[in-house]
Amino acid sequence: MQTSTKNIFMLAITACLAFLPAWAAAQDEPPAPGRAMARQAGVLSGDWTTADHSEMEALKKTFESGQQITETCLSCHSLADDQLFHTIHWKWLSPYEDGDLVGKAGYSINNFCISTNKMNDKKCSSCHIGWNGKEDGINCLVCHGEKDMDWKAQFKDYQFFKEMGEAELVTEIQDDISAAVTQIIRPNRQNCGSCHFNGGGGEAVKHGDLDASLINPKRTLDVHMGIDGEDFSCTRCHTTSKHQVAGRVYSTPAVSERKSLVEDDLAPKISCESCHTASPHKEGKLNDHTDMVACQSCHIPEFARAHATEMTWDWSKAGKLKDGKPYIEKGEFDRPVYKSIKGEFGWEKDVEPQYFWYNGSVAALTAKDVIDPSGVVRVSHPVGERGEGQSRIFPFKVHWAKQPYDKVHNTLITPLLSEENNGYWKTFDWQDANTRGMALMDLPYSGEMGFVETTYVFPTTHMVAPKENTLSCRACHRPENGRLSNLAGFYMPGRDRFALMDYGAWILAIAALAAVGLHAIGRIVANGSRKED
Amino acid sequence: MTGQPNRIYLYSRYERFWHWLQMALIAVLLATGLEVHGMFVLSGFQDAVNIHNFTGLAWLIAFFFFTFWMFTTGEWKQYIPTTRKMLTVIRYYSYGIFKGEAHPVPKSKKAKHNPLQRLTYLSLAAVMLPIQMISGFLYWSYNSWAAWGLDFLSLSQVAFVHTAMAYAILVFIIIHVYMTTTGATVFAHPKAMITGWEDLEEPEVVEDWEKAGS
Repeated sequence: MQTSTKNIFMLAITACLAFLPAWAAAQDEPPAPGRAMARQAGVLSGDWTTADHSEMEALKKTFESGQQITETCLSCHSLADDQLFHTIHWKWLSPYEDGDLVGKAGYSINNFCISTNKMNDKKCSSCHIGWNGKEDGINCLVCHGEKDMDWKAQFKDYQFFKEMGEAELVTEIQDDISAAVTQIIRPNRQNCGSCHFNGGGGEAVKHGDLDASLINPKRTLDVHMGIDGEDFSCTRCHTTSKHQVAGRVYSTPAVSERKSLVEDDLAPKISCESCHTASPHKEGKLNDHTDMVACQSCHIPEFARAHATEMTWDWSKAGKLKDGKPYIEKGEFDRPVYKSIKGEFGWEKDVEPQYFWYNGSVAALTAKDVIDPSGVVRVSHPVGERGEGQSRIFPFKVHWAKQPYDKVHNTLITPLLSEENNGYWKTFDWQDANTRGMALMDLPYSGEMGFVETTYVFPTTHMVAPKENTLSCRACHRPENGRLSNLAGFYMPGRDRFALMDYGAWILAIAALAAVGLHAIGRIVANGSRKED
Repeated sequence: MTGQPNRIYLYSRYERFWHWLQMALIAVLLATGLEVHGMFVLSGFQDAVNIHNFTGLAWLIAFFFFTFWMFTTGEWKQYIPTTRKMLTVIRYYSYGIFKGEAHPVPKSKKAKHNPLQRLTYLSLAAVMLPIQMISGFLYWSYNSWAAWGLDFLSLSQVAFVHTAMAYAILVFIIIHVYMTTTGATVFAHPKAMITGWEDLEEPEVVEDWEKAGS
């Protein structure tokens, strides 16, 4: 009796253990904790306002220049200009490094259009938030105007027709201006995108995860911004305080500390964990990854999923002319594969990122740094290593280029490019473009130019896929061709083996099978011969 | 004259249940473990990991019950190793068995295991399986090592031990399964582990006249 009670008890326990997962699955599926947290943190969009700019008396007047518009804005928003003048959006200089070394307006370089020549290259300034570089004050409407407008052309036309005495056209233009000035919004995806989707001289050139497909994305492209999903604007995560927009990455990470809004309700929402916490998954083993693997690594399986992004740029091929004229050759994705003014391009869609340990900071060269031209020069690269601080595995777009360098000084050259400046794009004269470009930077140029291979990295953090499209475990936990096959120094189940032991063990197993097989045959034969006896 | 086979009740209900439960657990663990190790794709990595972890922990818990049973019933004595007749048994399996000789150490209720079995099962139950369970538990609790002060361990070492032992168990299974065919009949041993009753090799001959009422 006692034994049978014990047996029943054992059976009951085993049965409970066996059916536990099935029972759990049968329950109503609650959302994953991270999803639930984020939904709490993000109730309703903050689409409230207490002002209708079309009713503002101050705006009911004639505007003859951009400055007049800004002055009018500031007549109410009196702190805005001072706030703006402290931001990187205005300064184009990193606030985290000394002096004017780092930033577009400083000595920073990339492997696209290389440099702004300290903002002297006119074409580059089209993305600055001023009316005319840093000269004529802030253009508030770049970020706050709902209407897309070519202001330079508009004011030029206005002056022209005014002088011609074309009153009707003048009124028409002024009505346009008035409409634009009174349709004031918080920045939407179009506003930010007008620059950030077009970096590097064209749409989808620079970032692999930021392009015009994000103006009205589907949720399959970006689960947060999808217009059929959460419909987030950029500032929903790029929390802005006193016009300082969170999220810029230089040597200083976009977030200094990993914390959620539960820990600090005024923290910027710039990281995934701000809303989703560090234990977002229902399943424990997945949460065990968040200390080593950034969310982006699994949740952005590929970047450039809607528009192809530019992956390579070969400046050394620039300058070929047809009938003495520059030309453009289009290739796959209807994108230019050759431009006389810029060289050769390679484009890719649905690109698998490359993965590196990353502590949030990107180290970058400046035009002052000496390079080693014998290998591929890393113009920028992610900083971090396993076990160091907050380093985690993070996905990157790596842009390859061949760009000019000074063979004597071993520095990267900052050629002056724009047509407006009579730069290379007009003259096709490297020597002149280099000489004037370097002079604008107050840097020496030897006159001897070569081309060097370079790489430039972008952390991939937008285009987060819906959960059903995330990477499977096998994407990394596989013996060959895994996504993390280039990361060494740690044991990863499914990827790493003990080759010698594996082979030894299988030989042993096969030997055991052979031995028992022979033994069995021996018995059968011996048994048979005994029976015959 | 009819031969009445000599049957003895060798394995209690719990022992049989434990044997087959453990067999099932080990089969699942081996399959999912080798999949996690990257040998083949069966259920998918994530499911393999989850099934492996769940089964491993279930085994660990069940093993405590088994240990408890061993000591409360005194069955542990069946596993005390001995060198007596060891060579005879080895000689039997490598020679005598082909000659149709009788097993030199027949099974009885008091001694279920021959010296070779004692040694094998003892090293299995007292060394290999505990090592496998401990290394598996450590592997599973990898993310807590720092909190538990175990960060001197390396996952690579733990994984090595765990994998090596898994292979050792695999080799054991191959030989063990074969050895079950060496009873009085091919299925005598497996049948005993199902019904509890083992047919012994030499049936005692009972003469007709001995039988009552005949």
